[in-house]
Amino acid sequence: MTLQASPESKAGTVTAPEEHISAPADGQFAPELPDDAPKAYRVKSRRREAAEAILPPLVLGMGVIGFWYYVSFIAIDESRRFLMRPLHDVVNVGFLDSANFTEMLSGLWSSTKVALMGLAIAISIGFFLATIMSQAKIVERAVFPFAVTLQAIPILAIVPLIGFWWGYGQTSRVVVCIIISLFPIIMNTLFGLLSADRSMHDLFTLHHSNRVTRLRKLMFPAALPAIFAGLRISAGLSVIGAIVGDFFFGRGEVGIGQLLRRYANNLNGEELLAAVMMSSALGIVVFWTFGWLQNLIIGKWHETVQK
Amino acid sequence: MTTATTNGALSFEGIGMVFPDGTEALREVTLSIAKGEFVTIVGPSGCGKSTLLRIASGLLEPTAGSVEVDRDRLGYVFQDATLLPWRTVRQNVELFAELHGFDSGERRSLSTAAIELVGLTGFENHYPKSLSGGMKMRTSLARTLTLKPPLFLFDEPFGAVDEITREHLNEETQRLFQSEGFAGLFITHSIGEAVFMSTKVYVMSARPGRIVAGFDVPFSYPRQPELRFEPDFALLSGEVSLALRGSHS
Repeated sequence: MTLQASPESKAGTVTAPEEHISAPADGQFAPELPDDAPKAYRVKSRRREAAEAILPPLVLGMGVIGFWYYVSFIAIDESRRFLMRPLHDVVNVGFLDSANFTEMLSGLWSSTKVALMGLAIAISIGFFLATIMSQAKIVERAVFPFAVTLQAIPILAIVPLIGFWWGYGQTSRVVVCIIISLFPIIMNTLFGLLSADRSMHDLFTLHHSNRVTRLRKLMFPAALPAIFAGLRISAGLSVIGAIVGDFFFGRGEVGIGQLLRRYANNLNGEELLAAVMMSSALGIVVFWTFGWLQNLIIGKWHETVQK
Repeated sequence: MTTATTNGALSFEGIGMVFPDGTEALREVTLSIAKGEFVTIVGPSGCGKSTLLRIASGLLEPTAGSVEVDRDRLGYVFQDATLLPWRTVRQNVELFAELHGFDSGERRSLSTAAIELVGLTGFENHYPKSLSGGMKMRTSLARTLTLKPPLFLFDEPFGAVDEITREHLNEETQRLFQSEGFAGLFITHSIGEAVFMSTKVYVMSARPGRIVAGFDVPFSYPRQPELRFEPDFALLSGEVSLALRGSHS
């Protein structure tokens, strides 16, 4: 009797859970929340997120513009208003006057070309130096103090010397860009090349790889994140170098530096402010472009990519 | 000092290692691993176990003694997976074949087979950053399998993964040992792992590392997960544990 009863009771306990499982499928225990509830919540939170990202700078920007108008119209006397033209005048004269705007755009383009040329040469020199520094400690020791010295020279102090040696044309402008942007490229590339783990080097040692293979397949890819960090800094510096160089060297194409100088000398407050805005816009575009390139090239695999 | 061997896969003869700073890592280590053997060395942290592997692979020259090993196609599985983060699983698995000059067709078939062996089919195009610790270790194993090395050196490879993943990887390693027929030298501080996979377990003392005990593991292959709960398994693990404790005091 007892032997028979136990299988029966076991069968009973097996069927009971099955009933429990089938019940929700019938809809009896379905949650009462509407299906679209989480989605709607998500849309709202995303909208809020966007608002939280945009509102603070927007409010601050409006505050700055308000202060600007306050200075233009109330804080300074009308006879000295050329010092701080109101925003709408800057827009009208600087951006909406096609002759002025074209002049600034071509100046900006000229300076952009100089900055890119200088940056390209600085990248070539920087990669070359960092690569040989990574291969021979003695080269690193030899070059390092001079790289630091190069970085320590205030650019304005050697601008006259550069003009003296290379004249007052495009060459000197490019030289300024090279000098100002070289150091971060050397240092970041070197740091990156030396950043690969010892165990990864062991991997290549175990398989008898030569220097070139190790450099190409291990050290250079490992260096890419650091290289991009350096490039973003150097690209910004190169833009500054192009404008500073252009400011001092008057021969050849007229860049944005020459225009800034001319507007300041002629007390053209509107054009001056517009040119400053366009210069900073160039800096932002360059920084953003390299960020985009970084994302494109190493975003797939690198853990922390800056946005 | 190093010669290719045909009879045994690896043998250490009186290995001693004193580092330039005066630390004595290894003293008089003599042991050999024949083909078809899977030898595990258990020992406390910092006893010089990894140093022994670095000596076996030629990454380090011992200050005394000699090594006999064929280093042409040595398999070396590191403590961490050491995957190149800019390469996908497949590209990582193909690295060694690439370094040995195989053409792309050969590389592809070797990597496909190795990826299948470790059960990562379907993940070929994933980058390491999106893999779990266990999957990274599998990729590392697959990379080493592509060259079909006659001898595998394992440097505490499963130390960083969780217990369940480690047990799975142990089962797979002994399965691969069976199917691929390599000799193995495995370093760990987990006794269970050592007894489960090996044909022989050696116990190493604290620094300077010496071999203080050796045990033959009689269980037949393939070993099932249930082996871990057998009385014989517990008995042998206990003996190894006692030897390990003895070496500490």
